[in-house]
Amino acid sequence: MFTRHERLKPSYDVVIIGAGGHGLAAAYYLARDHGIRDVAILEKGYLGGGNTGRNTTIIRSNYLTPEGVQFYDESVRLWQDLSQDFDLNLFYSTRGHFTLAHTDAAMRTMRWRAEVNKHFGVASEAVDSQAVRAAIPMMDMTCGGHAPVVGALYHAPGAIARHDAVAWGYGRGADQRGAEIHQNTEVVAIELEDQGSGARVAGVITNRGRIATRKVLCAVAGFTPRLLAMVGLRSPIYIHPLQAMVSEPIKPWLDPIIVSASLHVYVSQSARGELVMGASLDPYELHSTRSTLDFAESLAAHMLDLFPFLSDVKVNRQWAGLADMTPDFAPIMGLTPVRGFYLDSGWGTWGFKATPVCGKTMSYTVAKDADHPLIKGFTFDRFARYALTAEKGAASVGH
Amino acid sequence: MKLMTCPINGPRAISEFVCAGEVRAMPDPATSSDAAWADYVFNRNAVPAVKQEWWCHTPSGVWFIAERDTSTDTIHRTYLYQPGCLLQPERAA
Ligand SMILES: Cc1cc2nc3c(=O)[nH]c(=O)nc-3n(C[C@H](O)[C@H](O)[C@H](O)COP(=O)(O)OP(=O)(O)OC[C@H]3O[C@@H](n4cnc5c(N)ncnc54)[C@H](O)[C@@H]3O)c2cc1C
Repeated sequence: MFTRHERLKPSYDVVIIGAGGHGLAAAYYLARDHGIRDVAILEKGYLGGGNTGRNTTIIRSNYLTPEGVQFYDESVRLWQDLSQDFDLNLFYSTRGHFTLAHTDAAMRTMRWRAEVNKHFGVASEAVDSQAVRAAIPMMDMTCGGHAPVVGALYHAPGAIARHDAVAWGYGRGADQRGAEIHQNTEVVAIELEDQGSGARVAGVITNRGRIATRKVLCAVAGFTPRLLAMVGLRSPIYIHPLQAMVSEPIKPWLDPIIVSASLHVYVSQSARGELVMGASLDPYELHSTRSTLDFAESLAAHMLDLFPFLSDVKVNRQWAGLADMTPDFAPIMGLTPVRGFYLDSGWGTWGFKATPVCGKTMSYTVAKDADHPLIKGFTFDRFARYALTAEKGAASVGH
Repeated sequence: MKLMTCPINGPRAISEFVCAGEVRAMPDPATSSDAAWADYVFNRNAVPAVKQEWWCHTPSGVWFIAERDTSTDTIHRTYLYQPGCLLQPERAA
């Protein structure tokens, strides 16, 4: 599927660190839209082995801030014809997405999100409990009697897709256009010319040798703080594991995607019949993808609040990824104080859906050395300006 | 079950504790520049290491310091705060 390159060249126009969906998409659009093909994508493990291959694949654009809604809406648009573009089935499946409200306060937030969404032409509406019952007849609307569903935010474009295929599609597309993908190639240091405010990128050091380059795109999700330390930058990003699990395959019975922030659970049923389930972030910093029984137990308990008939269904697999979290639940993208060092990070628990639009906007940013208009709300310097982009209301459990 | 040792109550289930993040020295708000203050408020050292962190045993409300390796989740030591126990020196504003 990919060309094997035995050697690294001594220099490239652009070096992309991280062969997750984001790095590969950026390489794809750099070649396709900007004609920049002298690109190396360096991956310390294997292609798509990071959060891209670990996520629960929910795609939606029903966020809360105008910056977020417009950005994710563009991503949902880009998703539509990707299977055609790649000639590869991404199993993109539009399901509809319900964010359940169990309290009046939650219902108010749903209305707020619906109004912001509609203003930007995104199909979201607040619906009552009757509509929820009609769409999900197998759900216990009282949630075991202790958290009755009073309504929901319904988002018709909500979708899921095959995550591995996204990495393969972008990777193959980039490869066919001349970009080089180097797996088992870890960046261990970044060379800068000048220090302090005039610092700019001169090259990267890898476990396979040195590469000269003037432009580095860093798309390493949970490893971002380590890469930032290599160029002497500090950021608000903090790293907590995010866990998930799937059930054994069962007959199709759940069409829409269901999220409940109060019960800390979200779930969809994959094309194979597995229930793909997740919850909130692990409670403290950890740079390890271990799994815990605490997580499986509490997620299973909440699943049974919603769907008591699942009590005999077995859990097949459990895993974790390292989420690069930000205080405002919005990403950190674009130019940085180090010239030629571009960042695509802070994607925490919500960045899979953004893979196409991140590739689009970051390729533009790298090619033109200027932030793409759609990422102006997500810049590195917004914290120093105390100008946060408060997306927590739409991203904390729903991802 | 993962355990943590509260300096007052002894070993307890980790679910009884909350972590309040790495111990960090606060610059003087009266004299700090806006940039130094933003750095203190927002920026974090998220590179894996053995770190001093604030933890609280929530049933009893005991606040204490844990030295924990954030790459393996190994808890090396827990103890009550005492003047002079911080590894990071107070930093200038
Ligand atoms: C359990 C879980 C569930 C999630 N659910 C959803 C969801 O439902 N919807 C959603 O939109 N998002 C979700 N996310 C978030 C989403 O997975 C991520 O935001 C997104 O996949 C990030 O993609 P990426 O390409 O930036 O990073 P990754 O796919 O993590 O790729 C980064 C790559 O960089 C490599 N790397 C790191 N350091 C170096 C180095 N020094 N040198 C070379 N290579 C390096 C890594 O090996 C890795 O392959 C979830 C995340 C997790 C963990």
